[in-house]
Amino acid sequence: MSTVPRFAHGSRVPGWDMAADLDKDPATVPDPATTSVPEELRADIEGHMALYPDPRSAILPALEAAQRVHGWCSPEAIDQVACVMRLTPAELVAVATFYDMLETTPVGRHSVYVCTNISCSLCGADELYEAMRVAAGDDPEFNVRSFECLGACDIAPMASVDGAYVGPLALSDVPQLLEDIRAGREVLPEKQLARRACADPGAGS
Amino acid sequence: MRPNPPDRMTDRLLFDHIDEPGLNTLEVYQRRGGYEALRKALSMPPEAVLHELEASCLRGRGGAGFQMGKKVSFLPKGGMDKYLVCNADESEPGTFKDRELMQKSPHMLIEGIVIAAHAAGATRSFIYIRGEYVLQADILDAALAEARAAGFVGERILGSDTSLSMVVHRGAGAYICGEETGLLDSLEGKRGNPRLKPPFPANQGLYQGPTLINNVETLCTVPSILRIGGDEYAKLGVATSTGTKLVSISGHVQRPGNYEIELGIPSREIIYGLAGGPPEGRTVKCWFPGGSSSPVLTGDDLDIPYDFDSMAKAGTMLGSGAIIVVDDSTPILDVALKVAKFYRHESCGKCTPCREGTNWTVTMLERIDAGEATPMDLEIMASVQEHIIGNCLCVLGDAMAMPIGSIIAKFKDELEAHMASKRLVAA
Repeated sequence: MSTVPRFAHGSRVPGWDMAADLDKDPATVPDPATTSVPEELRADIEGHMALYPDPRSAILPALEAAQRVHGWCSPEAIDQVACVMRLTPAELVAVATFYDMLETTPVGRHSVYVCTNISCSLCGADELYEAMRVAAGDDPEFNVRSFECLGACDIAPMASVDGAYVGPLALSDVPQLLEDIRAGREVLPEKQLARRACADPGAGS
Repeated sequence: MRPNPPDRMTDRLLFDHIDEPGLNTLEVYQRRGGYEALRKALSMPPEAVLHELEASCLRGRGGAGFQMGKKVSFLPKGGMDKYLVCNADESEPGTFKDRELMQKSPHMLIEGIVIAAHAAGATRSFIYIRGEYVLQADILDAALAEARAAGFVGERILGSDTSLSMVVHRGAGAYICGEETGLLDSLEGKRGNPRLKPPFPANQGLYQGPTLINNVETLCTVPSILRIGGDEYAKLGVATSTGTKLVSISGHVQRPGNYEIELGIPSREIIYGLAGGPPEGRTVKCWFPGGSSSPVLTGDDLDIPYDFDSMAKAGTMLGSGAIIVVDDSTPILDVALKVAKFYRHESCGKCTPCREGTNWTVTMLERIDAGEATPMDLEIMASVQEHIIGNCLCVLGDAMAMPIGSIIAKFKDELEAHMASKRLVAA
């Protein structure tokens, strides 16, 4: 009988296959005296906490802010957020592992999300993703991943490059796209969604 | 059926001057008559505003199609803290209408939220926008700062007794957070797991307080309703589906994009008339009328009027108004597999029928593709779909079961042929 990879589908929890350490002390809120938090990050998180009736609501923006500083939700980043928000790191890890945009392992600095959902894949997104992956190779600067519908099916197939939507992308655009990222330029300016006009002929300007 | 096809429908309500440069700024928006509806609304008692919303018969544009006025009226009266949450977590595959609205006309959304909050008696509002929409969230933030500075948001708006705070809250990538109770949990800083209903959010929502949750497009329509009047608005469209609707059309069409249509026009006019139909020489094999969660229709169903009830009568749904067209060059198995894999990835894992059902559906579809399936598998797969529907806290599982079930029913022959040929290859 073949072995079934039981958690291989959907589990996004790293360490699911590691034995639990039953002797470990229960998690505590990190001690502010021994946890150093960058001043800007602290101000950012506290600013978010002040916006909500329940400061806990600031967890997502706080984790995003920490990820911008640290590159991913590293144990250090989690500790810093936990320290400012007065929560245990475990509470934050439980949240971070749920969301696709919060990275729980180290990743490249530049994110390239290629949408491979239905509309994009009908227009060749699977080939595009493959080409993007091959072209980026093992360059540690890039975080190339396939993503579920990014909400830009009108420019299918498309990608979100460090948050900026570009499309429709041809396979031949891939080298230029990566080159633009490397050079720190705006990626494929003529294909940026931000400049695209409405398709509706009755909309007008 | 409507006498007016969309090209003769001169007035766009949502897309009016949408591409005007600078419409995202307060100055241009006000020059175009922006915030006049808010002035009018604030001069009216909340009940009168609510009456206009009810008279418009506006049905929610997020997917469920529930009447907005009715939803507002469900909120308890009294002095407790009430919340308004705008659902801008647009993640339904094929849907991208809210993106264009927020990017190009953010003040229309802000104005709609303030008017709706006035009607509902809400004092705090949140816009939960998906984290991937970086540009749109930045634009909303900038617009909100302008609106706040001009006194359209905040304490005692325009000198009235109405106060409203507003926060743009960015998500972090999870389809389930578009489900209203999953969204509330996420907004409270938790994993986005849906809640048991009842209690419904109107009674116990955000922070356990009464909460009105509406989609971006629904709220963007509110200023227009105030401007032209609820009764006038109800004259647009057809009896049970009033008004105009943004349709996001994508997939195998020549002119994909967002179009504002009057509800009730034939679907053919949208797919062929506006979007140009599939590429030359191809025909429509199937289409999703309301995002990937809606049961598929075929090329024979193109003359069905595009409105809530006609779609329901055809066994499918208008959903978020996202049409995905698949032409005859694509094997139906590929479509089914793509759809099923998406829901497997996005299932939050809380309810067993959805968590296991989505996983096994993918496994069985992959078995067909690998030539390891037997004809019985199709029946098993169909029965799995039936066991998901109605058995979970939210409709994510149903959202896979409905299209997959309809694909199995409508394309059985092709799936069986696919199965047989793959088996032959595998042998």
